[in-house]
Amino acid sequence: MNKVFSRPKCMSNTPYHYCPGCDHGVIHRLVAESIDELELASRTIGVAPVGCSVFAYDYFDLDFNSAAHGRAPAVATGIKRARPDSIVFTYQGDGDLAAIGTGEIIHAANRGEKITVIFVNNAIYGMTGGQMAPTSLIGMKTATSPYGRDAATMGYPIKISEMLATLESPVYIARVAVNTPANLMKAKRVIKNAFQCQKDGKGFSFVEVVSICPTNWGKTPIDSHKWLAEHMLPVFPLGTFKDKTGIEKAD
Amino acid sequence: MQQGTEEIIMAGFGGQGILFLGKVLAQAGMIMGHHVSWLPSYGPEMRGGTANCTVILSDHPIASPIVAEPDTLIAMNRPSVDRFQGKVKPGGLILYNSSLIDQVKQRDDVRVAAVPASAIADEIGSPRVANLVMVGAYLKNSGILKFDDVLKTLPSIIPSKKKEMSQVNIDALKRGFDSVH
Amino acid sequence: MADKILMKGNEAIGEAAILAGCRHYFGYPITPQSELPAYLAKRLPEVEGVFLQAESEIGAINMVYGAASTGARVMTSSSSPGVSLKQEGISYLAAAELPCVLVNVTRGGPGLGNIAPAQADYYQATRGGGHGDYRTLVFAPNSVQEMADLTIKAFDAADRFKSPVLILSDGVLGQMMEPVVLPDPVVFDPDTKEGTLTGKGSRKKRNLVTTIFLDADQLEEHNWHLYQKYQFVTDEFDHGSWKDYSCELHQTDDADIILVGYGIIARILKTVVEKCRKRGIKAGLIRPISLWPFPTRIISELSKKTKSMMVVEMSTGQMVDDVKLAVEGRIPVYFYGRTGGNIPSSFEILNEIDKIVRID
Repeated sequence: MNKVFSRPKCMSNTPYHYCPGCDHGVIHRLVAESIDELELASRTIGVAPVGCSVFAYDYFDLDFNSAAHGRAPAVATGIKRARPDSIVFTYQGDGDLAAIGTGEIIHAANRGEKITVIFVNNAIYGMTGGQMAPTSLIGMKTATSPYGRDAATMGYPIKISEMLATLESPVYIARVAVNTPANLMKAKRVIKNAFQCQKDGKGFSFVEVVSICPTNWGKTPIDSHKWLAEHMLPVFPLGTFKDKTGIEKAD
Repeated sequence: MQQGTEEIIMAGFGGQGILFLGKVLAQAGMIMGHHVSWLPSYGPEMRGGTANCTVILSDHPIASPIVAEPDTLIAMNRPSVDRFQGKVKPGGLILYNSSLIDQVKQRDDVRVAAVPASAIADEIGSPRVANLVMVGAYLKNSGILKFDDVLKTLPSIIPSKKKEMSQVNIDALKRGFDSVH
Repeated sequence: MADKILMKGNEAIGEAAILAGCRHYFGYPITPQSELPAYLAKRLPEVEGVFLQAESEIGAINMVYGAASTGARVMTSSSSPGVSLKQEGISYLAAAELPCVLVNVTRGGPGLGNIAPAQADYYQATRGGGHGDYRTLVFAPNSVQEMADLTIKAFDAADRFKSPVLILSDGVLGQMMEPVVLPDPVVFDPDTKEGTLTGKGSRKKRNLVTTIFLDADQLEEHNWHLYQKYQFVTDEFDHGSWKDYSCELHQTDDADIILVGYGIIARILKTVVEKCRKRGIKAGLIRPISLWPFPTRIISELSKKTKSMMVVEMSTGQMVDDVKLAVEGRIPVYFYGRTGGNIPSSFEILNEIDKIVRID
């Protein structure tokens, strides 16, 4: 019998600790496939964040560091500067990257660090139990915005990709989602582009993946993906915000 | 003061080359094989305010680089006199820039010598060497550093590409040396 | 003999770091340590090293964390308020057992305080200012020459004990110039270290640097492992191969009163000892070179031979606690401190000693 589906080589044989229906597993896989296809595994170093994906390092058979909350881009900077031939990526959520780590991500991007950042935005703090994130939508009810996010006192959702795209240095900035097969295929191409960009020594590459949190959103995975399409994507539109890679268009 | 130790405080406006004045003494002292230390005042006062600097020249290892009672005060402006003259050790010396300071209230127990450092520097043609005029004046009274020591070490302390400039430096030292007795 | 160079303390640390094989520096500007990053910004590119001015002290210490995890010899420096910001990262470095050298050119606090010299960060330095059960090795140089020498030893200790090592200096030592004889350069190869992040390459097992131990028993095991390492470090400084870096004793053999001070204060205390001796007071000096591990054993032994001790610090009294712990109540331990950037003069200290000698 032909084997038609198997674990990417650079993934480890460890069952995910993620909640049922969570997108992290799919996104991990896209990262792993990209690394395998570009033959980067032997020189790749990952940096895990604090948040739901704190144990991301358990799922990759790659050298890995685990950073303090929000500091992954600084840690990645230290690694890449000390080992310029390595391929360095961070994997961060919205609390980690868009709140406590805002300074680190903006300045790593602005210095044009030759790293790849995978930013998973599900508009909520998952691990700590469903608190409001900087990317939570207006009106969104969370543990710390029980009456809904009120723009007057809590501000509006931060659009990190658009913000970073205003900077001169970054080479590749794109936003994708994995809610439909078509979007997933596109996400794969974009993530692979981001690693290709680093492989080519071009500079800072950043992929935001708009994602879900069935547990803290209080929805089934299917409903979550519907809600993502209806409510998240109008605020966080998919697309490429910056592309100086010279790689042929992904879509 | 220990035998064979000279403690000097120099002070003036930022921009009068106070720290450099101290560096010339310290560097010449080091090259001649003495123990030396150089301690600046630092921080906001560096930016345009007053600067001061402590130098110790010694034949012995220097314990504390911080000087409570200097043997010599080199004062380049009025505020420096006001601030430091009371601290000079009995039997010590105050050298003051008489071009900018009209007079120094006499203390019975210290020697006071007027050096028209800024005027001499202007005459030589470079207002910036008033600090070196003061170095020259100091050397007249130093028991550790000889005039020739500094003259010898000057090219390595101030690597001057232009010949005329190094002559100006030497003139400044000489005129300072001759201005006191 | 190698040539003497007149150098600022901050610059001496910078040059010594390069001689020790450090090729990576991450920092953020703050007075009074600015000469150190400025020196390295100029020098590191000359030796194909990396100087990076980070977005914050927090960014800088985490870049140190990243670079250290690859095996590189790496340094950051700051002054008191900036070092407070670095504490999070230092806790992680200690937990992950990553070697690096940190410099605190201490200034007056708390809060913004001022930029004058101080010794009020002793607790923060020696108690491990961040969260969790850890220690940081702390060297306290007292001359520009020692700024250079102890920087090189700090890199050795960091690698030897897999730990961040802090050089606790102050504004005076950082800013002053003294003649220095620079040590010979060290040959250092980051690839000789094990467990570093290089990419998995042809290794069978990947390497992981982490500080998470969710399981209670695992974390406890890790903490006891760190504790045992710290005991080993203490033994090494007490009577092992690092004992020369524990403390300096000066005229303690026949002393009736022993002064205790570190860093620039110890220089002033040496003058005080001379003056005391001239006046017939048998004074001596203990100068801790390593603040952690602290020379507890030596101070304890000396407390059995002398009549009293006096600790002098540029703080309201921090190291005095460690001296009292070592003395265990055998003899009186007096304290004299100045803060805010004021440096106690030898006269002030002599006055205090006069009072004590009269009491005795």
